[in-house]
Amino acid sequence: MSTATSTAVLDQPPAAAWPPDRQLGTASPAKIAMWIFLVSDGFSFFALLLGYGILRSGSSTWRHPGEPSLSIPFTALLTFILISSSLTVVLAYDASLRGRQRQTSAWLAATALLGSLFLLGQYAEYFGILHPGLIKEGLVLGKSSYASTFYVITGFHGAHVLAGVIYILFVLVYSLRGKASTGLVEVLGLFWHFIDLVWLLVFTLVYLLQAT
Amino acid sequence: MSVEQQPHGTPNAPAIGPETGHAHGELAHAGPDHGHHELPFWKKYIFSVDHKVIGIQYAVTALLFLFFGFTLMMMMRWQLAYPGRPMPFFGRFFSDNVMPGGVMAPEFYNQLGAMHGTIMVFLGVVPLAVGGFGNFVMPLQIGAPDMAFPRLNLLSYWVFVPGGIIMLASFAMPGGAAQSGWTSYPPLSVIASSGQTAWLFGMIFLITSSLLGSINFIVTIVQMRAKGMTFFRLPFFVHAQLVTSFLLLLAFPPLEAAGILQLMDRLAGTSFFLPTGLVVSGEALKVAGGGSPLLWQHLFWFLAHPEVYVLILPAIGIVAEVIANNTRKPLWGYRLLVYSIIFLGFMSFVVWAHHMFMTGMGTTMSTFFQTTTMIISVPSVIVVTCFLMSLYGGNIRFTVPMLFATAFLPMFAIGGLTGLPLGLTASDIYLHDTFYVIGHFHYVVAPGTLFALFAGIYYWYPKATGRMMNSTLGKIHFWWSFVSINFVFMPMFFQGMAGLSRRLYDPTVYAHGRGVQPLNVVISWAAWSLGLAQIPFIINFFMSLKNGARIAENPWNATTLEWMAPSPPGHGNFLTEPIVYREPYEYSVPGAKQDFSPQFVAEA
Repeated sequence: MSTATSTAVLDQPPAAAWPPDRQLGTASPAKIAMWIFLVSDGFSFFALLLGYGILRSGSSTWRHPGEPSLSIPFTALLTFILISSSLTVVLAYDASLRGRQRQTSAWLAATALLGSLFLLGQYAEYFGILHPGLIKEGLVLGKSSYASTFYVITGFHGAHVLAGVIYILFVLVYSLRGKASTGLVEVLGLFWHFIDLVWLLVFTLVYLLQAT
Repeated sequence: MSVEQQPHGTPNAPAIGPETGHAHGELAHAGPDHGHHELPFWKKYIFSVDHKVIGIQYAVTALLFLFFGFTLMMMMRWQLAYPGRPMPFFGRFFSDNVMPGGVMAPEFYNQLGAMHGTIMVFLGVVPLAVGGFGNFVMPLQIGAPDMAFPRLNLLSYWVFVPGGIIMLASFAMPGGAAQSGWTSYPPLSVIASSGQTAWLFGMIFLITSSLLGSINFIVTIVQMRAKGMTFFRLPFFVHAQLVTSFLLLLAFPPLEAAGILQLMDRLAGTSFFLPTGLVVSGEALKVAGGGSPLLWQHLFWFLAHPEVYVLILPAIGIVAEVIANNTRKPLWGYRLLVYSIIFLGFMSFVVWAHHMFMTGMGTTMSTFFQTTTMIISVPSVIVVTCFLMSLYGGNIRFTVPMLFATAFLPMFAIGGLTGLPLGLTASDIYLHDTFYVIGHFHYVVAPGTLFALFAGIYYWYPKATGRMMNSTLGKIHFWWSFVSINFVFMPMFFQGMAGLSRRLYDPTVYAHGRGVQPLNVVISWAAWSLGLAQIPFIINFFMSLKNGARIAENPWNATTLEWMAPSPPGHGNFLTEPIVYREPYEYSVPGAKQDFSPQFVAEA
């Protein structure tokens, strides 16, 4: 909103002797706001993962008999999809920097598609598409801390992915109309990389370090 | 009082309206609806994006909630002073569910206690200190035409309002409002009546509102400062708001997460906070178990201890402004104060478990948190010392804001020093959960924070309305409140040391409580007297809108930027783009023409 104005202030000859403020106007308000939001959002994930750690370390049996284990190969595929989408969002930003609007739109669409694929994968994991799915296999919310923490953490992350996909679609509409600024794509990229980074933590703590 | 007759400026205050402030540079265009046309009423006063209107909305809403929360407590004080006796006159207005025969039911007493804490903290003090003063004063002090994201600001207020409405409406739910204390400890809160669900939903609204607000505050302070407004030229109040915003930003998400988990425990049948084998009223609870009630306490206090500093930091900021202005000398140790509150903010994240010494979390943990708690008292003492040094040798004007600000110092000091025995594990074992704790934190937030907030109201009221508040009524308000409030909280230390528990519906059930019961009568009468003491303030607040003496830009002869704008400032705030020439508290500069050299004046 006021990036341009702040830069303009710096360009003016000094009307009085005040120390130059190098920080003023170097980042857009939206970018600062997104960084701050991400720190804050990171603390929510931190709380959930901390809760996970406390409950799990305090339990004698984490996975009760009859409860399924989590599929690492399938989730690794989902992880790969999400990491690829981080690449495509960077490519969208790069295209935007070069001023290629159509290419930007294409990479944004690819990111949204990969994000949706991830969500589809998560749906399949919960409810089953080709296989029964975790719920039918006996991993039910509320039946055990193992099940509850799993659904809360992956569900909270999934909600972020969903919000991210909607966010991308908004930017995509702007981009198709030729109105998406580089800053808009960059700030979107911050959010998307954050989701990706958090997923790596979730994947490690919840899937890779599973109870045997 | 000399302040009310101003040698400077014109006697005619500029007209209120969006027309006043649009004359200057590009910065004014940050507000999206900055324009030359008259806005419709609902856009100007209800769904306004102007930070000043939003600030006033927050402040007025918060004051209403403060009086409501205080009323709840005045009702509880009847039960505490005269346990089991029917409440005279007021008792007949309540249904038999909550006051059978005019006698307060124990469940209703619990609801009043839980909602008093919740309302005072989350709907009273924080919205007034951060939402009200932060929104109104901070952009003016940094020379900005508005917040960085005016629409986000609007959203933040209108997310806050439904949160408040849900909290109020919960009294009408079956089983009444939440009754598990403002801390909502599980497992009792999970099995409590449906008021607790409303409490959790309300909290989620309030937290979201705070998060939106704090992002906006930080970006505004980083991005929207006027020319020449460097970090160490910011008024101390702005530093306080900046640290406060970071605390809100980092401390609230874990509570939001914890709130969602507790909601799931209540609604979705999970047991994050319910241990295995829980027995309620002789029957085993049919839940999976495996959860940890302590987890809630950790997540809750990870928020709630920084929250204490959210309550106190804006107050410290206000006191700094008022003291510098009324001693006519620079704030002593300005940089030291800034570094202290940054350190304070950082440390406030590593002291939370000193609320949990009695949970059996282990001596190693207790020792760690006892040490950090002792460390965090150092910056607080620095702050108070700096303020005392600011008074020393000053040419003090005892205006109404200054009375409240000077009273803040000993009150905050009593509150702080009585906290030390609670931070040490050995003495905390004895004092934990007694009235001593109530006395301690109320000294910090009631005659401490609330007095500072009153100082702020008297100090900035002329800026917001263009008129002074009546100083005689203000002095009556101050002295009456000051005497009453000490009679309310001082006896609590003695009750607490006698071992009286803070959560008793009837304090005379135990023999050790009967000895200090007369003090309860004193406290209650003092509390009702404190309630009456607010009447001069309410009269003053409304009468001055019409009858207060009109003032020009700078009635207090102050130095910070908000006093450059017209009173009240129009849309876009400043008539000419502010340029900052010096540090914020240049009072009584040797060789200057007058005893104050404002930041915005080139030659002084």
